[in-house]
Formats: sequence, structure tokens, C-alpha cells
Amino acid sequence: MKPMIKWTALALAICLPLSAHAHRAWMLPSATVLSGDEPWISVDAAVSNDIFYFEHFPLQIEGVGEPLVMPGQTPAGKDAKPAPARPRAQLEIIRPDGSLAKPLFANTGRYRSTFDVQLDQKGTWKLAIANQGLFARYQENGEMKRWSGKAADFAKQVPKDAEKLQVTESASRMEVFVTSGQPSEQVLKPTNKGLELIAKTHPNDLFAGETAHFAFLLDGKPAANLKVTVIAEGIRYRDSLNEIVLSTDNNGAFSITWPQAGMYWLEAVSTQAITSTESPATQKRASYSATLEVLAP
Amino acid sequence: MLRKALAACALATCLPVSAADLKIELDIPRLEVAEYHRPYVALWIEQDNQHIANLNVWYDLKMKDNEGEKWLKDMRQWWRRSGRSLELPVDGVSGATRAVGTHSLNFNGGSAALQQLKAGDYELLVEAAREVGGREILRIPFSWPPSQKVSAKAQGSSELGAINLTLIP
Repeated sequence: MKPMIKWTALALAICLPLSAHAHRAWMLPSATVLSGDEPWISVDAAVSNDIFYFEHFPLQIEGVGEPLVMPGQTPAGKDAKPAPARPRAQLEIIRPDGSLAKPLFANTGRYRSTFDVQLDQKGTWKLAIANQGLFARYQENGEMKRWSGKAADFAKQVPKDAEKLQVTESASRMEVFVTSGQPSEQVLKPTNKGLELIAKTHPNDLFAGETAHFAFLLDGKPAANLKVTVIAEGIRYRDSLNEIVLSTDNNGAFSITWPQAGMYWLEAVSTQAITSTESPATQKRASYSATLEVLAP
Repeated sequence: MLRKALAACALATCLPVSAADLKIELDIPRLEVAEYHRPYVALWIEQDNQHIANLNVWYDLKMKDNEGEKWLKDMRQWWRRSGRSLELPVDGVSGATRAVGTHSLNFNGGSAALQQLKAGDYELLVEAAREVGGREILRIPFSWPPSQKVSAKAQGSSELGAINLTLIP
């Protein structure tokens, strides 16, 4: 691949971390149910085609290593003006009591980012990457442009008279739950922003053959008739994706009976038209994904 | 009024019934493996898939900084049903891992675990997990209290050998 194309791919991978396009962004914890005094977990984070195989780009996270620069290259070419740095994903490592922890032994490699967390508090922890902002496409002098950023910067950074302007409001959230000792509930409370999973069955109490009950909220309200897809790990070693496709009911609720033990990737995307004229956006896109571990009974 | 309620309760056998003993013979099999570690073993009593009482949990108690507790979760069912909510070690329950061979365990009617048993149907669960090895769980159903001496057994196939349960009124 030519460097330019490569860097475009990288930029796309970063700016669409939770998109429904072929590339999926995910975090994979080394364990989700732990015993002992202050156990450690190690987490891989990547953007890839196949779930849980790091084979495309790392998921670049603020505070986790250095931004990825290929050997012998600079992101924008040697003599070019430095491109505005794309913001790396903001990771929150939330302790059971709601306080925040920092990623440790963090590194960004060619294919994945890794970081460790010492679970210095008993209960359920949440690792979350959540983004809210605007995404715009438009033409300038016949050239297609993309822009993403905070709503406040939109008017300053996107020309008013941009041609073929299409603006989408986006809210994305990616979560991992990990429990040391007894599961707790505090980190499961929704923020009521974007699409969020409500776990009636605790996300660290999932067992093969059992039915787990969940619900989705969109901006704090039940997300009815939402398509939910669930994919089991190990895609490389089977012929078909075997994804489980579910739908939420009128109360946003859905349930899943886990076919076997292992890591699963759960995703839902909601797209709605915006009729209000207050926002420059005509469409609102909210996405959610979680990595869940199902144990053998 | 209170006396009446208590009498009714006693009639309905909702008070614990003691005075019977529970004996377990548990065989930890010899395994021909290059790297052998004694298994972690948990023994407990359930009713309708609900944890009722712990009898024993054997794990590495002696490692510094309680490092041995790191693998308790490998006894997945016990960890889920009880272990994760305990402050370890638990007096009378926690114990060191045991060697290959048959171990006899006696719990008398006055023990903390058996005092919790009301009359009814239960299961004895034995779960073993071994470092660099596998995991196995066995169940033996029993009724409590026994009206006569009864025995029941289960046969393990990997991490556990024979388990004999004997109830003595």
C-alpha cells in the first residue's frame, strides 16, 4: 500500500472507531472474573476485520503509548505541514466506587494497543471509551472532505457554504466489565447519553446455557426495536461468522441464551433522522459495543 | 403469640435439624503428568442450585501476599455461588491443599454448616481445579436429616476419584 493510502486508512480507522463498517474496534481483557487480593488484568485494544484478531491497526488511546508512526515515516510526509493531530480515544478505567484509574504498562504497537490495570478495589470495574461529536462530509472545490469534532467547533472549522454538506451527530461507546471478588452495581448505572446497555443479568455473571437479560437505553430512554448482534470469538477457526442477531422489544429489553463459553462481542447501532433545526446534523447515529465473557458452568 | 408462631414453625420443620453426622470420603487421584500441583478443592451444600453452606475449601494458604487466592476463581461454580462473597480465610472452612490419596472428612450435627440445614433435599458439590491441569465438579444428592444410615457415591473421571457420602442419624 502506498504511504498516503495507508495513512488515510489509519485516519479512518481512528475516526470511525465504533462504526458498523467492516472494521470493528474492540478491547479484549485477559480475564473478567478474578480472585485474590489485588489481581491484574491486561487488555488488548485494536481495530480489525475479525473480532479479537489484531491484524489491522491498534486502537489508539490517549495515555496508552505513543501515537503510531511507521518506521521511516512521519504522519504527513517529511516536508508537509503537520496535519492536525487526530484525537486519540479517551479511555476511562472506572473503579467500583466511581473513581478513575490510569492504564499501566501501556504501549501502542503496529497492530494493537495494550495496557494493564491492577484491580486495587473489590467489585465491578468498567473500562469505557465514549465519544460524542459531529461528523461531516462535504465538497470543497470539487474535492470530498471529511470532518469530525465537537459540536462547538463545527461552525469555526467547516465552511458555511460547503457543498453537499451532510452532518451526522454521533455518540459511540465501547465497554468492558471486570470483577474482582463480589460483583457490584455502581459502574453499571447509565449516563443517559447515547446508546447504553442496562445489565439486568450482571455482565460478569454469564454462563453457557443460561439466559442473560439486558436492555438498551438511547439517551436514557428505552431503545425499542433495536438490532443487536453478538459474535463469538474464534472466527478464524470456523467457516461462518455465526452471529446471533437479536432485537429489543418495546421496552428496549432483550435476552440471550449463551450457546457456549468464551469471549463475545456485542454490538448495536441506532440511526435516527433529526428534525430539529437547532443542530446542523440531519442524522443521529449512536453505537454501543461490549466484550463479554461467558464462563462454562 | 410468639410461642404459637414458634410452635407452628417447629411443626413445619422450618427450624434447623441437627443431631445427624455427615461423612465424606474423597479420593484425589494420582495423575501421570510432568508437572503436578495439588488441586484446589471446594466442598459445599446446595439446595435447588442455591448455595446453602460451605464445608471445606482447600487452597494454597501459605503463599506470600495471599497469592494462592488468585486461582480460587478456577473453581468456577464455587467461586460464583459463594467464594467471591467471602472474606478469606474462613475459620473451619479454609484449609491447605491435600495430597494424592483418600481423605476422610467428618462433619457432626453441631458444625456450623450442618446447623444451617432444615429438613429437605440437598446436593453435596465437590469441585476441583488444578494448576496446569483441568477442572471437575461432582454432585451427590441427599435428603436431610437421615432416618437411617445412608450412603451415596459419585465417581470422578479426571481431577477427582471416588467420593462417598455417608449420613448417620
